[in-house]
Formats: sequence, structure tokens, C-alpha cells
Amino acid sequence: MITVETSRPAAARHYAGLSLRTWRIAGIAALLAAACVLPFSLSSYHLFQATQVLVYAIVLLGLNMLTGFNGQISLGHGAFYAIGAYTAAILLDKTGMPYWATIPFAGLVCLVAGFLFGRPALRLEGHYLALATFALAVSTPQILKYKHLESWTGGVQGIIISKPDAPAGLPLDSDQWLYFFCLIWTAPLFVVGWNLLRGRTGRAMVAIRDHPMAAATMGIDTALYKSLTFGVSAMYTGIAGALGALVAQFVSPDSFGFFLSISFLVGIVIGGIASISGAVFGAIFIEFVPNIADQISKAAPWAIYGIFLIAFMYLMPMGVAGVVRFAAARFARLASARRPG
Amino acid sequence: MYARRAWLAAAALAALALPAAAADTPGVTVSEIKIGQTMPYSGPASAYGTIGKAETAYFNMINEQGGINGRKLNLISLDDGYSPPKTVEQIRRLVEQEDVAFIFQSLGTPSNTAIQKYLNAKKVPQLFVATGASKWGDPEHFHWTMGWQPDYRTEARIYAKYILKEKPNAKVAILYQNDDFGKDYLIGLKEGLGDKAAKMIVQEASYEVTDPTVDSQVVGLQSAGADTLVTAATPKFAAQTIRKVFDIGWKPLHFMTNVSISVASVMTPAGPEKGVGIITASYGKDPTDPRWKDDAGMKQWRDFMAKYYPDGDQADASNVYGYGVAMTMVQVLKQCGNDLSRENVMKQAANLKNLDVPTLLPGIKINTSPTDYYPIQQMQLQKWDGKTWVLFGDVISGEGS
Repeated sequence: MITVETSRPAAARHYAGLSLRTWRIAGIAALLAAACVLPFSLSSYHLFQATQVLVYAIVLLGLNMLTGFNGQISLGHGAFYAIGAYTAAILLDKTGMPYWATIPFAGLVCLVAGFLFGRPALRLEGHYLALATFALAVSTPQILKYKHLESWTGGVQGIIISKPDAPAGLPLDSDQWLYFFCLIWTAPLFVVGWNLLRGRTGRAMVAIRDHPMAAATMGIDTALYKSLTFGVSAMYTGIAGALGALVAQFVSPDSFGFFLSISFLVGIVIGGIASISGAVFGAIFIEFVPNIADQISKAAPWAIYGIFLIAFMYLMPMGVAGVVRFAAARFARLASARRPG
Repeated sequence: MYARRAWLAAAALAALALPAAAADTPGVTVSEIKIGQTMPYSGPASAYGTIGKAETAYFNMINEQGGINGRKLNLISLDDGYSPPKTVEQIRRLVEQEDVAFIFQSLGTPSNTAIQKYLNAKKVPQLFVATGASKWGDPEHFHWTMGWQPDYRTEARIYAKYILKEKPNAKVAILYQNDDFGKDYLIGLKEGLGDKAAKMIVQEASYEVTDPTVDSQVVGLQSAGADTLVTAATPKFAAQTIRKVFDIGWKPLHFMTNVSISVASVMTPAGPEKGVGIITASYGKDPTDPRWKDDAGMKQWRDFMAKYYPDGDQADASNVYGYGVAMTMVQVLKQCGNDLSRENVMKQAANLKNLDVPTLLPGIKINTSPTDYYPIQQMQLQKWDGKTWVLFGDVISGEGS
């Protein structure tokens, strides 16, 4: 059911005179170039949406590591997103730390939180883990309202954050700068994620997912890998949460309801389980489809959303990334067939 | 000849003036006023979504009657699912993409908090927000934000006024939900009782929305010797409180927040006979109250509902509410005349004098000024007789210092 983009002997294949590797690098370079041009061609509202897509993409990559690659289902990533957002907001609000310095802290806090949560959760498999993380998600908004934490969290009122301005000397407005600031975080996190998942670590994670006993026999420390995956996944989500707080300029318990966690899960399934590029497609889905649904019907926006969901699952059972991969393979076959000899 | 030249000059002036006027009045053309709004059409507060629909219907009615100064009202009402980040996104879309003239009646305290700073920085009016929190009337810091209904503190001050007058030696207990809604009542009650607050309030108890019941709090308040109880609880907890107070044989003078007076969701589940004598304050006419069966204002509302919002529930007070706010908005736009700049919209919203809205209780008027951003600050008390709420006494003003 779940497939992985296995690393093929890429260098051996050539299409239209270029190796697959070159094609891939060219594609990524084009994508990055497009991402850099975007802020100058979009209105500030659309740019704001694009920034949110970047933020969601980080979350989905993090969740995909855990659920897609490592096979641990989490219904509670909204909680880590909230922890990241609140860490950044509290640091900004209480200590006056510069906004850019809060992001690594949010990541660190979530890394520790995720590792600590992942440790006892090791005993839980499959559905039981899903329930444990579910508990995390439903309790988060209420913990944030807890009266003894109120002096920090601001209780139900939440915390208002000022929008960061572009550093002096850069000819950007604050929306454009925020987009680039998120891009500066997104791109390296994807590179790191790529290296992590494509290497030894990634293979160990997949092995644990596919056959934990065999993986342990091969000498993989399953307990350590599983809790580390949990930690790293939470770290990605926390960083995204902190960036998301800067984008929304506001955190409150109601911002991090259970539905957020479900949205993330929807995102990775729609984008493509165990696919790195799928994180971006999933992010686009969770950002835009609710808006489209709302435009179609005010009376039942979630019914429309549901129809979209079913249609996607029916037409693209491997997620959007699966379809893209399939189309690319088709194209490649055509291209190599046309080659003489 | 002279007349013709004057006419030409006027035309030229008008031609010059028009584009200039259009430039600093976003969302306004000769034929249209674009208005933005976010509403929870989905999510935990979706029951309130009907307010947005009633307001859209009201504006449709105005448009059918020719609009305001020939301009049609175009309300763009977007779903935010009661999630503040979504509200931020939708409001940015309305302001930056749709170019609306102003924001009207966005619903929810957290949602409006999330956008208040942004809208004030952009100088976009955030008019008549649909929340009862007290913080929306702060023209000094937030010139562009205004509420509509009486806020929780105003209401609590009205209870305090009544207590001071009718029961000056009362031993007051308060039960409140531990959030900004509940705390507003605590603050308002203390403000209203003034320097007597410390002596009169014998016990304060709070509960969390996550608590299963409030039984132990109620018992605790009774044993503190209180003979007067102010309950600032949401419907489920309000029903529990009424039942428990009755069951333990406590007979305090009981004030219930206006939030929890629905017959269907509070009084009936609690047991209608258990709540006899409870006092609450009200400002609008209840659509289920037989007293207003032949009332001209409510008849007008029913005709409106039948014609422009036939799917709407005529027993739902939210639809009466939406009608009243939309009417206030239309009055503001009428006062603006042809100057529909954001500055003037805000100026006229802060310049409502004794506006009569037919769905408000008789005697309650809407008043605002550049320093008073609380449109409705009068309420009338009513008592539960076991079947319905019965108004008594005069309209009381809860205006703070």
C-alpha cells in the first residue's frame, strides 16, 4: 500500500541527453527560482497564502517522516505546532528577543517535547499510538487556557505579535520579507529532510515501519530511532508553528484545535504518504481547498471539502506526488522510446 | 451663456473630483459599497452563522428598495470556522484583494482580537463586532474598532445597581467561568458595587469549561452564607447551577447572565419550575415571547424574515440580532451621505444619537460619541416566572465611569 521513492541507479539513465540527476537538479533549481520570483508577482494577500503554504509544507514534511516513513500515526501534531507557536510568542512577548532568534528555540523545545513524548509512546503501536496522540491534540487548547499558565500564555485572550519588518537596506515590504524569511527556513529543512530520509537513517526508519522485528535483528536500535524520529518530526512542526505565529501575528488556544491536527494528516495523505515533494502538494491542498469549498457553498462548506477529499483519494490513491511520479515516468518512457537505438 | 459655462465648470470639477474620491474611498463606487465580514459558517460556533445570513438578507432588502443614495450594498461574508488564523487570512483577503470599504460584524472574541491590530494599522473600520467582550470600546487605543451589544461588564454593573438599590445588605456570591467572558462579570460587578464590593462579595468561585459539573462550587457558595448569587456561566453550566441551587434548598436572589437565558437550552433542561425568580437583563425582543406577537417592530422583522430569509428560523434570536445590527449599519451609511471615506464611516458610527431600532426593548436607544464606543448600554431586568421571562422595572443604564 505504502510505497517509497526508492533511490534508483539514477546516474545510469539518460533522457534527452541529460542524466536523471541533472534533470532533477534543474527541476529543483527552477522551482527555487520560481519561489524567489513569486513575492514580486503576487498581491500581498496571495503572498500571505503562499507563506502559509511554506509553513504547512514544513509541518507536513515533519509529519511525513513520522507517519509516512516510520509508520507511527500521529493525530496530535497540532499540539507540537501550538508549542512551537507559543514558544515563539512568549519569547517575543516576555523577553523581547528578536523574532528570528525565537525560531530555533521553538524547534529545540519541540525536539525535546517530541522525544519525551515519543519515549513512552514506544510501547504503543498503530491505533493505540493514534489514540495517545489524539489525547495530546484535544488537551492542548485546554492546557493553554489553564489559569496557572495564564501569565505566560495570556489565557483565552492569546498573545498578539508584531509583524517583523524587513531588515534595513532590503527593498522589501514586510509581507515579502516574511515570505523570504519562511523560505529561508523551508528550503534548508527540506534539504536536511531529503538527506535524512534518503540515507542510512531513512532506510532504518522505513525498515522499522515495514518489519520492526527484522529491523531489530539487523541491528537497528528501534527504540532510539523511533523516539528520535518523533523528536525530529516534532521539531519540524515546532519550527513551522513559530513561523506560523509570525505569519498570523496572533496565537490563542482556539487557533490550535483538534481539527488542525486532522488537517495535517489529510495533508500528508493527499500529498502522498512517504513522499518528500508530497508535503508541498499537501500544503497547497490544506491552504486552498477550504477556501474553494467556502466559495462553492456557504451552507455546507465541509460537505464540499469532503467531496474534494473523496475525489482526490479516488483519483489519486497514491496522493498528488504519486500522480506526478507516474506522469514523469510516462514522460520518461516516451522520451527514451523516441531515442534511436 | 453664463449658465452653460458654470455647468461646464461644474462638470469638469466633478470629473476631477470623482477619481480623487474613488482613490481614497476603497470599496465604494457610484453604484456600490463593498462590505467585508467573517462568520463561523463551519466549526464549533456555526450556530451563529445565521447572523451573517440574516444580515445579507437585510442588505438585499435595502438593495431592492434602491440601496443607499443609489449605491447597492455588497456584503462579502466569508467563513472562518471560528479559527483566528483563518480569520486573519480571510480579513486580509477582504481588505487587500476584495478592497472592501470596511469590516462589519465579524463574529467571535478571539477572531476579532486577531485582526484588531491589523485593521487599526490599516485604518479600516472594524464595525459592530459580534462579541460581548468589554474591550471593543477603546477609542483611545483602537480608533477603528467598535462593538454593538451591551458588553458583559455593562450588564454586571446593571445587576450591581439593582442589588445596591433593592438589597443594600446583600451577601453576594459570584460563580464565573474562568475566561475573559466570566472575568468581565467579576470586574463589572466590582465596579458596580464600588467601594462596597469588598464587604458585599462574600465568596467568588470559578469553574473551567472542562469541569464536568459545578455542583461543588454551588455548595461552597451557599455555605459561605451568601444570599445573593450572580452566575456568569455558559448554557450547560447555567442549567446545572439552577438545578443544584434548587436541589440543595438554597433560595438566593439569583442573577443569570444574559448569555444563558434561552428557554430551550437552559431553562427547560434545568427544569422550568426550578428557576422561578431568576433575574436577568435583556436589551432585545425575544422572538418566542408571546408579548411581542402584535408588536409593530417584531411584525416588521417577521415580514422581513418571510420575504428575504424564508429558510431562517423565526424562533432564533440570532436572526433578530442580525436584523438590528444591519439596521444600525444602514443608518450609519445614510448619515455618511456621499462621503464614504473610511474616516467618515467611522465618524458617523461614533455619531449615532438616540437611534431607535424596533427589535430592541422599548426605551432602549443606540448612542455613540467619539469617546463612547459602546452603542447599547441600557438594559431592562426580567424575571423567570416558570414559563417565560417577564420584564419589570425601568430601563437601567449601565454606563461606566
